[in-house]
Amino acid sequence: MNAPSTGPATLPPIKRRNAELVMLLLALGISLGAFAAAGLALNERIPGGMFGYGFTFGGLAIGVHAALRFIAPYADPLILPCGIFLNGLGLSMVWRLNQGEEGEHAGVGMQLTWAAIGMVLCLLILFFLKEPRVLQRYPYITLLLAIVLLASPMTPVLGQEVLGARRWIGIGGFTLQPSEFAKIALVVFLSGYLVMKRDVLSLASKEFKVGPFKVLDLPRMRDMGPMVVAWCIAILILVGTKDLGTSLLMFGTFLAMIYAATQRSSWVIIGIVMFLAGATAAWAIFWHVQQRVTIWLDPFNPEVIDAVGGSFQLVQGLFGLAEGGVLGTGLGQGQPDTIFAADSDLILVSFGEELGLTGLMAIVVVIFLLCERGLRVALASRELFVKMMATGIAFVIAFQVFITMGGVTRLIPLTGMTTPFLSAGGSSLMASWIMLGLLLRMSDNARRPAPQAIQDEGMTQVISR
Amino acid sequence: MNKPIRRLAVFCMVLFGALLINANYLQAINAENLREHPRNARQTARQFDAARGSIIVGNEQIAYSEPTGDDSAYDYQRRYKSSEEYAHLTGFYSLYNATGIESAENSMLNGSDNRLAVSNFMDTITGEEVQGASVELTINPDAQEAAFAGLRSVGKNGAAVALDPSTGAVLASASLPTYDANPLSHHDPSEVVAEYERLDEDEDKPLLDRALNQRYPPGSTFKIVTAAAALEDGATPDSTQPAPATYNMPAGGTMPNASGGACNGGDPDTLQHSIEISCNTSMGHWAVELGEDKMAQQAEAFGLDGGEMQIPLTVSESSYPRGLDDSQLAQTGIGQFDVAATPLQMAMVAGGVANGGDVMKPYLIDTVQSSDLTELETANPEVLSQAVSSSTASDLTDMMVEVTQGDEGSGKNGAISGIEVAGKTGTAETGEGPTHNWFISFAPADDPQVAVAVVIENGGGSGGELAAPVAKSIMEAVIDE
Repeated sequence: MNAPSTGPATLPPIKRRNAELVMLLLALGISLGAFAAAGLALNERIPGGMFGYGFTFGGLAIGVHAALRFIAPYADPLILPCGIFLNGLGLSMVWRLNQGEEGEHAGVGMQLTWAAIGMVLCLLILFFLKEPRVLQRYPYITLLLAIVLLASPMTPVLGQEVLGARRWIGIGGFTLQPSEFAKIALVVFLSGYLVMKRDVLSLASKEFKVGPFKVLDLPRMRDMGPMVVAWCIAILILVGTKDLGTSLLMFGTFLAMIYAATQRSSWVIIGIVMFLAGATAAWAIFWHVQQRVTIWLDPFNPEVIDAVGGSFQLVQGLFGLAEGGVLGTGLGQGQPDTIFAADSDLILVSFGEELGLTGLMAIVVVIFLLCERGLRVALASRELFVKMMATGIAFVIAFQVFITMGGVTRLIPLTGMTTPFLSAGGSSLMASWIMLGLLLRMSDNARRPAPQAIQDEGMTQVISR
Repeated sequence: MNKPIRRLAVFCMVLFGALLINANYLQAINAENLREHPRNARQTARQFDAARGSIIVGNEQIAYSEPTGDDSAYDYQRRYKSSEEYAHLTGFYSLYNATGIESAENSMLNGSDNRLAVSNFMDTITGEEVQGASVELTINPDAQEAAFAGLRSVGKNGAAVALDPSTGAVLASASLPTYDANPLSHHDPSEVVAEYERLDEDEDKPLLDRALNQRYPPGSTFKIVTAAAALEDGATPDSTQPAPATYNMPAGGTMPNASGGACNGGDPDTLQHSIEISCNTSMGHWAVELGEDKMAQQAEAFGLDGGEMQIPLTVSESSYPRGLDDSQLAQTGIGQFDVAATPLQMAMVAGGVANGGDVMKPYLIDTVQSSDLTELETANPEVLSQAVSSSTASDLTDMMVEVTQGDEGSGKNGAISGIEVAGKTGTAETGEGPTHNWFISFAPADDPQVAVAVVIENGGGSGGELAAPVAKSIMEAVIDE
């Protein structure tokens, strides 16, 4: 290693690639072990595809690791192993859930392909996007992209409604879930836009007083534009696609990022009040929103269970979790496959049943670790745009997991949404790997040693943005 | 910008903390409840794959799990013997839900009760299959059979309950129409649903256990309660009240006698004679004389208005109305107006008199035994309430014996040769449709072994004519043992 011993870098410029390799092998070992355990329980033998699967997935993972050594040597060493751990477990669970259905490896074959495409996308980002700040150049084009992606399921030709939610578009036999990509475009747009408007959004204010006491620093009405637009989009998604989860995810991300940019809690409070008002109005007007709330509040009511689109799925999921208990039934020994969408929206329930509370908590903690590493990248970065983007991506991952897991465990109303890295589905997996690539790239830039003075003249010469 | 990012990091931690706490609640703290939720199909599937304990009457298993062949969906099939006679007690254990004892004693039958933990642990160690406990009912099979045979011979809907007056053990509990629990515990869900819907939509409500859960106006059998209130109030069997052919009630309306004539040739009638011939007008006068409070107190002392009971099957609450005018009060004295009682409640009235005034808490479960024959639970008879003093009880017994033995007795059909039977007939107006016909009794009068209540729904006859023979055969079945 040729790291310099001096310099004002915020993180020690240590590569830690060997540590990453060790963690990576551990993650691979666990996911292959899960695959074998599921096979043993289901068919009483190590699954036949294990060798090919292990080589493909393990090879891809080690390939990404090897590439990192050259194109992003200072990248955070924990991010890739976390991604591989989650992706590997997800593959094993998807394989296990599709076992017994026609075409033995149909589910996992496709899923493995998506994982491979995702990892390639991740590498492409690392290779071509040397400076993430170039993404800052076209905020409004990015915004347009995000809106087009979000709106596409609502269009009559492309859009497909499945079980009460319009989340998909169909292109030549494939279905895509554009909201998975829209959230990345949204984060990129907001990073650029909020950095531009940061000063006016954070400083211009009027005081809101009750008597002589200052309660809040309120923004001026004329600066409310972005907030109103974001709110309108969130409500449109909710009403137009009946997709409460995406609506919540987008608006929550917007609030988190505007808070990160301005450090003003008044934005968050205004946003939450507006969203609650909008959601309440939607609840009062739209039957499908009311049904979601009823399912959440009173899922065990026999009428709600038996209603069309009622709480049957949620209750089945809760029973599955209870069945798992503390230690779980063991992979391949429970019945998560009897629940609808067990491999996508409810994959955390499948883990909860077969790996128990213990396994579920381990998985959630790894996701938490991943998003905290993302926020660590944000802290360590020097450029405002990059700080914002890292914050946004880390928060999207955390909040999406909160919405999906909170939904299936009845902490919040259940909405259909995938869990990053774990769920079956190409869009979700590709989007997850794109986010991982961006995080790796930004962490490499943040931890790379600062440019060094040509002559050793102390610390005065260093300029960094 | 680092400060808000750090705060967001803390916020994320809060989100994940909430997720983890909630997961702990679901999977550890509340998991037991969810696993045993009646709608949990996994629970049912697990149960159908395990050896569930039996329900026993006499020395026979009336509900048991039988191992199935390999081609079956589950390892065990629940079977019910003589199911039509026991279905309301055992209930059924279907893929969807459980009722009756199958539901009330589920944790014992499936072996999940904590008291079975040691036995289960030993089974696991020795490699034996874990088995649920068996539940033995207090039912006397002969009495149960006699109750059904008697009710069926009348050919109407109805119910009969027999109690051991000294303990409260339920010796027979019959309800017609009944059903067969076997098709409901079938492994094929569609057959179960079809059968359940057929039963559920049947106008005669075969799924309803009339003995415990149907409330009828008790009619003249309630005169025992009125007489008890009078005696407790200081009256004697020789105390009199006016007994004309028709009672012009204080707040308007008239109350005729069933016979159409006066009870004692127009003179005031004694309490003793009023019970023997079931005089309406004098008992109406008694109720008004005693007042609503004393009547209500006496009804409560026999167990009315005491809330639902779990024996452990749920017994509906019987009730005595409040806020009455004097005409309504007079009608309650003969068990009309809004007096509503289950057959079990009326058996408790007879049983309370039989047991020297103490009403015993009814119960259905004699013992619960684990598969290694350890007794986990044994019945422990309890006094529910002291309804009347022992002297009042003895006076009431004498009056009730006259009902079956007196020259003018209204319930001679309830008499058993060689044994003194204390009884009371009842014929309740229903407002619409034919009368309900009642008979409550106990025998032998000097050493009661059994107390019975029988109701024939819309029988349209008299209690002595339709219900008393059924009660008689149940009593004989118990005493002949």
